[in-house]
This record gives sequence, C-alpha cells and structure tokens, in this order.
Amino acid sequence: MRNQSIEFIMAGRRKRRRRWSLVTGLLVMLLVILCCAMLLLGNTIYPIQDVVRALSGESIKGVSFAVNTIRLPRMLAGLFAGFAFGIAGHTFQTMLRNPLANPNVIGITSGSSAAAVFCITVLHANGAVVSAASVLAGLATVTVIYFLSRGRVFSIGRLILIGIGLQAMLDAVISYLLLVGAQQDIPAAIRWLTGSLNGSQLDELPPLMIAVMVLTPVVVVLGKHLDLLELGEQAASSLGVHTDKTRVALILSSVGMIAMATATTGPIAFVAFLSGPIAKRLVGAGFSNAIPAGLVGVNLVLGADLIGQFAFETRFPVGVITGILGAPYLVFLLIRMNRRGSL
Amino acid sequence: MMKPTHTFKTEAAVAGYDHKTVIQGVSLVIPNNKISVIIGANGCGKSTLLKAMARLIKPTSGEITLDGKPVNKIPPKQLARVLGLLPQSPIVPEGISVADLVGRGRFPHQSWLSGWRKQDYEAVAEAMEIMDITELANHHIDELSGGQRQRVWIAMALAQQTDILLLDEPTTFLDITYQVEILDLLTDLNRKRGTTIVMVLHDINLSARYADHIFALHEGKLIVEGEPSEVITSERVNQIFGLNCTVIKDPVSGSPFVVPRGRYHVQQEATS
Repeated sequence: MRNQSIEFIMAGRRKRRRRWSLVTGLLVMLLVILCCAMLLLGNTIYPIQDVVRALSGESIKGVSFAVNTIRLPRMLAGLFAGFAFGIAGHTFQTMLRNPLANPNVIGITSGSSAAAVFCITVLHANGAVVSAASVLAGLATVTVIYFLSRGRVFSIGRLILIGIGLQAMLDAVISYLLLVGAQQDIPAAIRWLTGSLNGSQLDELPPLMIAVMVLTPVVVVLGKHLDLLELGEQAASSLGVHTDKTRVALILSSVGMIAMATATTGPIAFVAFLSGPIAKRLVGAGFSNAIPAGLVGVNLVLGADLIGQFAFETRFPVGVITGILGAPYLVFLLIRMNRRGSL
Repeated sequence: MMKPTHTFKTEAAVAGYDHKTVIQGVSLVIPNNKISVIIGANGCGKSTLLKAMARLIKPTSGEITLDGKPVNKIPPKQLARVLGLLPQSPIVPEGISVADLVGRGRFPHQSWLSGWRKQDYEAVAEAMEIMDITELANHHIDELSGGQRQRVWIAMALAQQTDILLLDEPTTFLDITYQVEILDLLTDLNRKRGTTIVMVLHDINLSARYADHIFALHEGKLIVEGEPSEVITSERVNQIFGLNCTVIKDPVSGSPFVVPRGRYHVQQEATS
C-alpha cells in the first residue's frame, strides 16, 4: 500500500520533471538558433565559415568589424539582459504573488531611468558614470519602497501601491528633465527610456555579465525558499524559512540584475513582466521556473530584436517590439482581474 | 512506540500587532500528547496566542519556550522540525499539484539544493494516506473542493513530521461533515503518533467533544483551563462568551454540550 502510493507520487513527479527538462531543452535550442541568427543576419549576410573565423579572432576585411564589433556585442547584450529581466521578473512575481508586481511596475526601472536621464541632461555625464548612477538609483528606489512598505508586518499590497506611486513621481521627474534638457542630450536620454540593443559595445558588457553569473546562482539556490514564500508569510515562516532575510536576498539579487541590464540596454519593456507567466505556462508548476523564465526572457529579447531589425521597412529598437507584445497581455490581466475581483 | 515529550509553555506572554496589545500576560503549559483547544469570543486573542506560540509574532514581554529555550532563539529550521503550524488561510499557489504542495512540508528536513530523497517520498505518501488524498496526488490544487484542499494543507503540515502541531481554525468554512472528518483525522494522528495538537476552534461543542484539554481566553487573558467537563459549564460559558446557555450531556460522546438560550423559542426553565 505504502510502496504503491510512493510509486504513484514518484510517477507524477517524474512526468513533471520530464516536461521541465523537455521545455528547458527546447528553450535552449531556440536560444542557440536566435544567437546564431543575430550573428549571421545583418546588412550583409556573410558565409557561416567567415563568421566563425572572424569570431575565432581571424581578421577578415569587413566581416570582422560587422561581426565582432556590431553583431556579437548586440547578441551578448540581448542574451544577458534578457536573462536578467526574465529571471528577476519571475522572482518578483512569485515572491509578491502578483503578476503585476515586477520591477517595471513597482518603479525600480523608473528609478534607474530617472537617474540616468538626470546624469545625461543635467550633469552631462556619460558612459560608466551614467551606468553606475542608474544601478545605485535602482537599488535606492527598491530600498525606499521596501522600508516604506514594511511597517511592523510586511505587506505585499502596500509594497505594490507604494511602488506604483513612486513610479508615477519618478516618471514625472523624467518628463521634466526631458522638457528642460538641452536638445543634443535628448537622444542619449531617450535610449534610457526605450530599451535598445543598438550600439552595444563589448567593453560595456562585463558588469552585466558578472552580475548575471554571480546572482543567478543565488536566485536558484533560494528557489525552494521562494516556493515557500509563495504560500504566504505565515506558512513559510512556520516551515523554517527566514522570511525577511530570504526576501532581502532575493530582492537584492533581482534588482542587481535588473539594474545592470537596464544600465546596459535600457529598460526593455515588458520582458520582466512576460517571461515568468510564459515560462509557467510552458513548464507547469512543481519545479523551479527561475531558469526557464530567464531563457524565455532571452528568447523574447533576441526574437523581438530580430523582428525589429528585419521585419519592417524601418528598424525599430527591441523595446518597441516587446512593448507591442506585452501591452495586450497587461490588458488581458487587468480584464481578468476585473472579472474575478482578484488576480 | 515511544511518544515524544516536550515542554512547551508560555510565561506571562504579552503580544499583539502594531499598536494594539492583544494577549495580556498568558501563562500556560501545553499538555504532552494531548489535543488542546483554545476557545474564546471573537477578538479575544486566540489566533494571536497561537501565532505567538508559532513564533510568527514576537511577544513584547514574557516568554514562550520549547524545551526550556525561547522559540525566537531556536534556529527556524530546527524549530520547524519539532513545531508545525497550519495558518488559518494559507495562500494557494496557482497550478501546483497536490503531491508537490504536500512535499513543501519537507523543507525543514531537506538541504538547500537536494531533491526529494527516499524519506521525503515516505513522509509525503504517509501524510497523504492519513488524510486520504493519495489518489489526488497528481491533481492540481485549484481543482479541489474546500474540504479536499484543507486535507491537503493538513497533509503538508503532517509531512513536516513535527511532534507538536498548531492549527488555526482548521475547520472554518467547511461543511459540518468535513469538520467532523477533519477532527477525526486529527484525532487519529494524535492517537497513533502521539502528536501534541493545539488548535483554535470556533465551534464550542466540537471543541468540547474533541479536546482533551481546553484553554479559555477572555479579553487576552486565560480565564480557565482544564478538561472539557470542568471548563464547559453554564457559568463559565457565560464568562467566556457572555452567552446565556444550558449545558447538557452530548448524547453521542457524553461530553458537555452547550445549548444557547436566546430571547425567543425558550420553552421552559432548564435545569442545568
């Protein structure tokens, strides 16, 4: 009897594990295909062997510049930023048990953008200074939101509302800065408001790559804790989770990744928002969706960038395409919320 | 089987929320291997006391100790292997299967990265058998009825394999049939494993029937405790709930049974 039950439970888990592995495998395959497409496609389509040779360091006229200076940084920026947005968005949504609760909605991205726009239009700074300021501002914004929403007992609703309020204020700051800013600074500032992979440079990427490589393991290791936080403060706490410490570690890791990604590519609309739900739909629940969500994020960014580059007469930055994809989902969520009275 | 023994008590515990003190100095000792029920009127602090005992809120003064150590000082995972709590309204995650949810109760026994080991499968299977939900193992939790869901939550707490189990109104929102069923299952657990059970219940008659020991709270203070036959008398019930009533003998269990006296439909002066 007992063995039968165990066998029955195991069979179910094996099935769910298989689905997880299958979906994750397919997402990796799609990712590889998109990465190759990013390297191969462009104004001129070079033969594969030339692209490979250029990548391995051989100097070929024309090809080396196009591949190593333009396409490779663009691909890597999309790869790491997409992963960062995807995994961090998933973490926020799961931790706060609300599909609307992601870094874009609760103002972290606005904090980063506002700081960047301030540095560009007022301080006339550029490069590393702007990136550093936007990372710090992202972290500062989330700290403010967290402490304002803390009270004596942590409340998710309070956190989301304070985040939305703060976002509105920061957006007002951004609009003001753009209005008073000098004409020549505006294009650089705009790049901080719509995500774009244009003009990514190889030497700008290491901070983002390091952040993703260091912080992803933190999020994965805390995966089980995150699963329990999803059951609510009391259940998690009585199962032995340090709820406050876990939450702070998860928020810092996610915000760290988001801020670095935003500093590199600008806020690519809706990727953090869409990746988690898409991954969950594909994988199901039961095993940690952190990695699949990151992979979905990469595929969204690279796919949208390819569409933006090649599908239309005009080239669109990646953020415009993801924005078009994401907006209907947001509307769908709001309609569902209205119908059900909850999310 | 050796029944587990622990010393679990509160000493002059004072606890509450932001600006409101709810529990005003409660001292009690939880009887080992028994079913204890905390009763009292709405807002008397039953749930707050249970939460403080489960370390979910920190007492502002006084102490709550398990085996001589304040519960707040015991490392959470270690405490979670001895003391479990089923909150009143845990949050149902979307799309998760019953077995996976029950398995989350294994957290305090697992290391950070390990998957399910043999003992995890054993514990989950046992908990699901006790709660009679084995055949639901691979269903999604969102497909279940309220009564089934409650059994899943209790199974999760059972998979935690603690010697002491606290439950905050485990029967609220359930039909009477399910209420009795859940209380029977908890009694099985107490008899078979010797699990010490402490729960908050709303229904005074079910409390009187299923409890070995009753703690009665009134305005944040413990006013009386003891066996149901000592605690559930018409004067006491009047003190605890402010209810005018007659206490008779439950024809099924022999435990005290409270029959309220309202202003209408009263046939004769009852002799209590």
